[in-house]
Amino acid sequence: MKSDMQRREFLTIPAGALGGILLYTLAREPLRLEAQDGSVQVPLRFFTAAEARVVAAASERIFPSDSTGPGAKEAGVVIYIDRQLAGPYGADKYRYTKGPWVESYPEHGYQGKENPRETYRTGVATLGMNFDELPVDQQIQKLQSIEKTHFFQLLRAHTIEGMFSDPMHGGNAGLIGWQLIGYPGPRMNNKPDVDQHFGAEFRPKPAGLEQIMGRKGNPWEDEKL
Amino acid sequence: MTNLKPVDVAIVGGGWTGLAMAKELTTRTSATVVALERGHPRGAADYAMDMDELDYNIRLRMMQNIADETVTHRHSLRNTAVPVRQYGSFHPGTGVGGAGEHWTGMCFRFLPSLFTLRTHLTEKHGAAHLPPDLAVQDWGVTYEQLEPHYWYAEQMMGVSGKAGNLRGKLIEGGNIFEAPRMHEYPTPPLKNTQVSHLFEEAARQLGYHPYPTPAANLSENYTNPDGISRAACAYCSYCSRFGCMIGAKAQPTNTLLPVLRKQKNFQLRTGSWVHRVVHQNGRATGVEFTDASGEEFFQPAETVLLCSFTLNNVRLLYLSKIGAPYDPVAGKGTLGRNLTHQVEGGFRIFFNRPMNLFMGAGSLGRRISDFDGDNGLPGGDGLLRYGMLSLNGNGNLPIGSFGSMPPGTSQSRWGAEWKAAALQWNDRATQLNMYAEHMSYREHYFDLDPTYTDKFGDPLLRFTLDWTEHEHKQRDFAYDLAAKIAPAMGAKIDPTRPSRARYNVINYQSTHIQGGAVMGASPETSVVNPYLQHWDIPNLWVIGASSFPQTAAGNPTLTVMAVTYRAADAMINRYLKNPSRLA
Repeated sequence: MKSDMQRREFLTIPAGALGGILLYTLAREPLRLEAQDGSVQVPLRFFTAAEARVVAAASERIFPSDSTGPGAKEAGVVIYIDRQLAGPYGADKYRYTKGPWVESYPEHGYQGKENPRETYRTGVATLGMNFDELPVDQQIQKLQSIEKTHFFQLLRAHTIEGMFSDPMHGGNAGLIGWQLIGYPGPRMNNKPDVDQHFGAEFRPKPAGLEQIMGRKGNPWEDEKL
Repeated sequence: MTNLKPVDVAIVGGGWTGLAMAKELTTRTSATVVALERGHPRGAADYAMDMDELDYNIRLRMMQNIADETVTHRHSLRNTAVPVRQYGSFHPGTGVGGAGEHWTGMCFRFLPSLFTLRTHLTEKHGAAHLPPDLAVQDWGVTYEQLEPHYWYAEQMMGVSGKAGNLRGKLIEGGNIFEAPRMHEYPTPPLKNTQVSHLFEEAARQLGYHPYPTPAANLSENYTNPDGISRAACAYCSYCSRFGCMIGAKAQPTNTLLPVLRKQKNFQLRTGSWVHRVVHQNGRATGVEFTDASGEEFFQPAETVLLCSFTLNNVRLLYLSKIGAPYDPVAGKGTLGRNLTHQVEGGFRIFFNRPMNLFMGAGSLGRRISDFDGDNGLPGGDGLLRYGMLSLNGNGNLPIGSFGSMPPGTSQSRWGAEWKAAALQWNDRATQLNMYAEHMSYREHYFDLDPTYTDKFGDPLLRFTLDWTEHEHKQRDFAYDLAAKIAPAMGAKIDPTRPSRARYNVINYQSTHIQGGAVMGASPETSVVNPYLQHWDIPNLWVIGASSFPQTAAGNPTLTVMAVTYRAADAMINRYLKNPSRLA
């Protein structure tokens, strides 16, 4: 982990393609941003740049940007996943990891020894480091071939989380996911509205937790290991 | 090991029951009381920055660290248990307030027949017509005995609701199937959301008797008899699995702790992990614990109260070698018997328009008890007891609710077609929830796992549990009921009928795993007497839902508090004056 941090890998994102949304969110985060030749460099906590490009492409296939609205790319899902894996969740700090490790019934859930970091490392390698350069239909085929794997189930769940979790976690850039579904964020007081608006769509303007509280959040992925 | 200064009462656990006992003891007597909580200190100020679905609702940041200790599960005596490696079917809390901080706040009184279920079922059906492995039994306490203690707990929390049976007078709009209450609820019902309103209208139109779910989420500002004031609920939906940022949800830290902070005879030690109750010659002498730095202590005490979560109460008794372990084959022994887990489930329903589901409150909802207990059941088909059906307006959070759509809408669970369908059905899906009594059976019990250990090397608790034919019948009955109500709400129910799947530790069931140190009138069939005093060791009391011989349809916390307050009265009025067996 430490060597990963020291390597200081960056994900290079062309700023022009973002329409300013991701750029805006990242600028609010304590990250070192380097705009070079019209691109943004996001420091990675866990992935190598090559891995991040594969995960970005795979999450984009799961939640694509298309005519129904923005997707994983615009929300910065890969940045969200990178931080989750670097933090206590990725290291299985809060999972029971004593042996013996045995296969059991599906009713007992994931009983594997691999932590999410290891699952991603292996999973990304299975997709191939050139996955992001493949044509879209081939990317879809590859993902279909691993649909039943633990890695894919994590990737799918994490993609949805990266779309719709509070932006302090690195995804849902510019609240783009919440705007997509009309979710207003952790709205402090719904009392005047909860028994109103029957039969009508009620969509207050979204805001993130840090915006609402006016202070820095305490996302779990930042906890020291 | 460092010996600490002796105290009158050592309490294991700083949640609802531990702090309630501490509050009664320290305000009504001069006893010195120390509560040992293995988690960390907590309070309302911590909760404002916690309105985060990912960390709290999905990663479960408020729960016990499962890496340190978990339980193992097997479906039957013939299987080998494996550890629950990540939380799923239940969520034990930690820290001051325990699970009482992240709970939802549903506050039911149990039906009178539940407390005498063995007698009741035998009289109704005849012993020969009951399943041979049925282990339900009478509690040794009645609803009438608990009624004043229910009321005491309701006032402490400021429970919001509407009485349906006030001293025998039935009142429309309340739960007319409940047992007589002596008082109206301390605060009026919470507001209706759009979907709970639709449920209420539909149920009434079909001839049922909908009523507001009694809630520990305050509907209005409230000051309890201890002088503790709390604010009304803001319907933010960050309730279950979160601590309440404004204190509207009753939690031990915003109801009991403010009183305890003023008591000079009370000490709360956090980071204190109790391993053993030390005992000799039929008397507890104190408890051994390890603090957060790893130092070991012995806390001598005149009386020891086990007030931790069900799983830990039972495990501590096993680890301390107190009581006769239950043997499911011989049907002998008491420790670990009568394990139950409330039967809950949801049936998805879909609307053709957005319902603004992001607004709500933990226990907000409307429900029917027309088929609670054995009321209104057809009979003759083996369904002995059912329960309730509800629409919970607890509010949708964006990650967890995304992707709910009628079956068959999208071929895939990802990609462009799925995304379009998920967006189309977003804010249009909710569920009808069933709550059924869970009967105890001879083969369902707790013991120690032979293989897996906690971070100190002590054996984990093992539970043996599976669904039986009766729970499948309950789910079928509930689904048919839901399928009648959904169309009357203008919604379509998911046509997938309840599966007959085995118990799984993955999907959230409820944190209402109960039993293992059950109460009763006889030491042959129970661990504690009806005052929750251990039969073998009179200065050891085991308090909580571990004492429930079977599970009601309703959530257990209010009844946990009622039996706790009854224990407190017995301890203060009788036991402390003359420490001996009370039954």
